[in-house]
Amino acid sequence: MSKVEIHRGIAWHRISAMILRYWYLLISSWPRLLELVYWPALQIVTWGFLQSYISQNAGFFARAGGTFVGAIILWDILFRGQLGFSISFLEEMWARNLGNLMMSPLTPIEFLISLMVMSLIRLAIGVIPMTLLAMIFFDFNIYGIGLPLVAFFCNLIFTSWSLGIFVSGLVLRNGLGAESIVWTLMFGVMPLACIYYPVTVLPHWLQYVAWALPPTYVFEGMRALLIGHVFRADLMIDALLINVVLFIASFAIFLALLRSARRYGSLIQSGE
Amino acid sequence: MKNGTVTPQLPAANPAGSAAIEVAHLVKFYKTTRAVDDVSFRIARGSITGLLGGNGAGKTTTIAMIMGLVLPTSGRIQVLGCSMPEQSAEVLGRMNFESPYVDMPMRLTVRQNLTIFGRLYAVPNLRERIAKLAADLDLGDFLDRANGKLSAGQKTRVALAKALINQPELLLLDEPTASLDPDTADWIRRHLETYRKVHGATILLASHNMLEVERLCDRVIIMKRGRIEDDDTPDRIMARYNRTTIRGCRRSAS
Repeated sequence: MSKVEIHRGIAWHRISAMILRYWYLLISSWPRLLELVYWPALQIVTWGFLQSYISQNAGFFARAGGTFVGAIILWDILFRGQLGFSISFLEEMWARNLGNLMMSPLTPIEFLISLMVMSLIRLAIGVIPMTLLAMIFFDFNIYGIGLPLVAFFCNLIFTSWSLGIFVSGLVLRNGLGAESIVWTLMFGVMPLACIYYPVTVLPHWLQYVAWALPPTYVFEGMRALLIGHVFRADLMIDALLINVVLFIASFAIFLALLRSARRYGSLIQSGE
Repeated sequence: MKNGTVTPQLPAANPAGSAAIEVAHLVKFYKTTRAVDDVSFRIARGSITGLLGGNGAGKTTTIAMIMGLVLPTSGRIQVLGCSMPEQSAEVLGRMNFESPYVDMPMRLTVRQNLTIFGRLYAVPNLRERIAKLAADLDLGDFLDRANGKLSAGQKTRVALAKALINQPELLLLDEPTASLDPDTADWIRRHLETYRKVHGATILLASHNMLEVERLCDRVIIMKRGRIEDDDTPDRIMARYNRTTIRGCRRSAS
């Protein structure tokens, strides 16, 4: 990717064309829409009832009511955010449409922005019903968190986009044989991000690794808010700084992988 | 003219100095395989040129490098006066392509696909443009049908409509009539000829069909094992080789 291509400007009409493309696809396929809602709903109902059961039988969980359900919702923002990004990208690979796009005036930045917007749209379709179920079944209103929720959301969505950009680059370079990374990468982050337990549970040396991941700060921040009723702005700022580095790095890697794909002819193969 | 590095003689009708495509000493290695081997040619604006050769001759890789989808190992490419891929932003909106190696989204209707590509290319009066293409390419009956539900011939016409959506000055076509019945293939060729005449566009098409190239092109570049084997007008190519060779070429191509 040459400097000229990277800096040739961002045009809204091209970004909106891509959003329209994914929107047409979503509304043309009810299984795609159903899947967006199905898994988050299943997740919140299953784990929410588990939390209800435990909190009735354990004092700590009774006091920490909502942390588990809150963690599930925030984890889904992280996981579904990345999936929403990467699946839209995979649609181009599955449709063998990438060559058409790469040959058009669409720039890589515009392409990535459209994927980010689509990840937000897909996330909204999946997670909003999930939050409503949490209100109905478990009396947990995540919107009651207020402004800190915005900080949590922004940090999680930035991380999900960074990972989405990175895995999309890998698939672009290596073909659909690398598709499984899209579905599994975030699960590698899961134990280290300390979603359901505090960082102190980890072995001391592993805590350094955990603190290198922005989601760790978000989940620690959520527990501080729900259990200690304190909003840790310092944690959110640290997460944001790491996110900025992560985002720039993933974008640079994506461009390097795109260049490599052009060198190895991957864009005219688009297969395994 | 058996040397791929020699700039070929262009048909007399094409003015020198107004090249749509200039390729110089183009080389492409895939690992240790030399897919394109020191290829040079210059294509005049307003001409139709055929890249002819069997499978593995290097036609698709050459076209993909001209489009910027594949980076050359070495060599220089200029498209519409701009260096590729460095100045691709200047030219991508003025060119377009069709290839059997890419598809358009199958679940989207023909109209939706054309709308999206029209927007990507910033086509003014897009509705009118789609209506004109639908009329010209006879897409009216299936404009609102999903792309995946079309026959091979219909898909080819839709792919051609996408390739023409921005009224490109330069059209790159990779096997434009592959897997089509003779009537549909002939219909597509007629349409390409008309488009060139009306818009003065340059067309470079890769094919392994000698008949097609003979019928459509002002000039033929024959490629074999990544190198240019011959480069001349179809008539001279036909005259130079005896019938047996041409028949053999047609047979091996098909």
